[in-house]
Amino acid sequence: MTDAPRTHCELAIVGGGPAGLAAAALAAELGVETILFDEQPTPGGQIYRNIEANSRKHDALSNILGADYAKGLALVERFRRSGAAYEPLSAVWQVSAAGKLGVSRKGRAYLTRAGRVILATGAMERPVPIPGWTLPGVMGAGAAQTLMKASGLVPEEPTVIAGSGPLAYLVALQLMKAGAPLSAVIDTSQKGLFETGFAALPVLSGFGRDLLKGLSWMAALRKARIPVFSGRNLAVEGISRVEAVSFETRGKRQRLSASLLLLHEGVVPNNQITASLRCRHVWDTAQMAWRPWTDEWGATSTELVAVAGDGAGISGARAAAHRGRLAALDAACRIGRISRAERDERALPERRHLQREARFRAFLDSTYCPTEAVRRLADEAIACRCEEVTAGELRAFVAEGFTDINQLKSFSRCGMGQCQGRMCGGTVARVLAQSLETDMETVGYYRLRPPVKPLPVAQLAELGNAERDLRPSPLGVDGDPSQRV
Amino acid sequence: MFRRLRTDDLTTTIFFDGRPLRCRPGDSVAAALLAAGIERFRTTPVSGTDRMPHCMIGNCFDCLVEIDGQADQQACLVPVREGSQVRSQLGTGRFDAA
Repeated sequence: MTDAPRTHCELAIVGGGPAGLAAAALAAELGVETILFDEQPTPGGQIYRNIEANSRKHDALSNILGADYAKGLALVERFRRSGAAYEPLSAVWQVSAAGKLGVSRKGRAYLTRAGRVILATGAMERPVPIPGWTLPGVMGAGAAQTLMKASGLVPEEPTVIAGSGPLAYLVALQLMKAGAPLSAVIDTSQKGLFETGFAALPVLSGFGRDLLKGLSWMAALRKARIPVFSGRNLAVEGISRVEAVSFETRGKRQRLSASLLLLHEGVVPNNQITASLRCRHVWDTAQMAWRPWTDEWGATSTELVAVAGDGAGISGARAAAHRGRLAALDAACRIGRISRAERDERALPERRHLQREARFRAFLDSTYCPTEAVRRLADEAIACRCEEVTAGELRAFVAEGFTDINQLKSFSRCGMGQCQGRMCGGTVARVLAQSLETDMETVGYYRLRPPVKPLPVAQLAELGNAERDLRPSPLGVDGDPSQRV
Repeated sequence: MFRRLRTDDLTTTIFFDGRPLRCRPGDSVAAALLAAGIERFRTTPVSGTDRMPHCMIGNCFDCLVEIDGQADQQACLVPVREGSQVRSQLGTGRFDAA
């Protein structure tokens, strides 16, 4: 990291998880002048968060996080050796179609011009808008895992994990190993891993290890006598913080006390930048999420911009590294470091791995439906955490005739708060689609505008390296040839 | 609500609403506050209710605090710095620096 901001590079990569690290390492090895920007202080993304420090210490934490986590170190080491420049603690607040990046680091904003951009912004936990989910003491299961990886923090008061998907069980297992007082798991997936696992056996040949791993997590919970309920229609109870979680199981309502409630209904692509670029997006019915349309190299409908890893559709950490390398090969080819023939040749092993991963992903998608996140919201459930707008209030707006998602945004203020719609976009669209009895494609998504990360106006006013023609236009409108630098 | 697996490396001190907290270099401000049992990071501008971090990776903005006079700081993304003065953000927060 240098203090003078770099104003040009051949390839800019946004995000330091497996896709970004693999892309940056390979691109730099192929002679492409590469900069990787990341919001975190150290490389690894969320999946391999803090991997370097945690690998140096051989303590309780390494054992808790396990072997799959430890595999991330090789990616980080290859990245560190590759010669790619690295800008940690950097927020990318704009990417333009012309390859301009707005970056904010150490309280200063600056612009960098890139010949090509690979977005590796990864995934975020799908928001779970149940009644009471804004109360202190309610977090994502992934959030608890992040605290463990980044700072060695584990819950010390009665904890309940509620949700669907492998991460819910993995976090349960890790908390148990860490000696956290895990009182119960509420499985909201409504399908058993056994049933779907056996039904899917033909496509799962070769994934015995992964399947067994999932089953062994559940066996470990059983052995530790941690109750696993099948539940739906969750609600958080509490006045100033969470006191309990209630849910329906076998037709009855049950209540469990909890000091910490960890929710998880899978992960969705972090699309903020591609949405602000107006890249073409595709509604993924299996994953119940929007993803940017990409070609087989990760290239989007915006010429200079590619997406790699979970940001282009959820396929997991192993696949993310391969997708990162494909995007890097394509970038190196476009920039002229390798021929098309070399690009295609080098892509073959990456593609073989990806085809394999895709089969397992299809199985996971069909097994773990994000039931709680996609059912009809209770009227009192808060849809937009920032502006505190409930599903009932949204429905009242729809009944008054506000049937366009951006109109609904303007009038309800959903999506106009600090998080810029990250937490409510999917929910508001779903409430609207359900009210209008239409589909998510018809409803569409918020019109997002830069800056995609909030930054103080003072930073914009003092853009570190601003030559006049490098400044973004006030409206953030792009594609105007007169703005080219 | 949370405990630390290790307590042998708490060599940095930050202040939350004036109270000193010992933390580990490399902790995010959010992790340091949660380890100290703090649940109210901010109150919302709309209804004034308490919030604590929800996502821990920069998406939910519920961990907003004031750090060294600057409001709207995402505590989950800012590493602790020796002597930092962190304050809970009430409503829309204050901008001392302005």
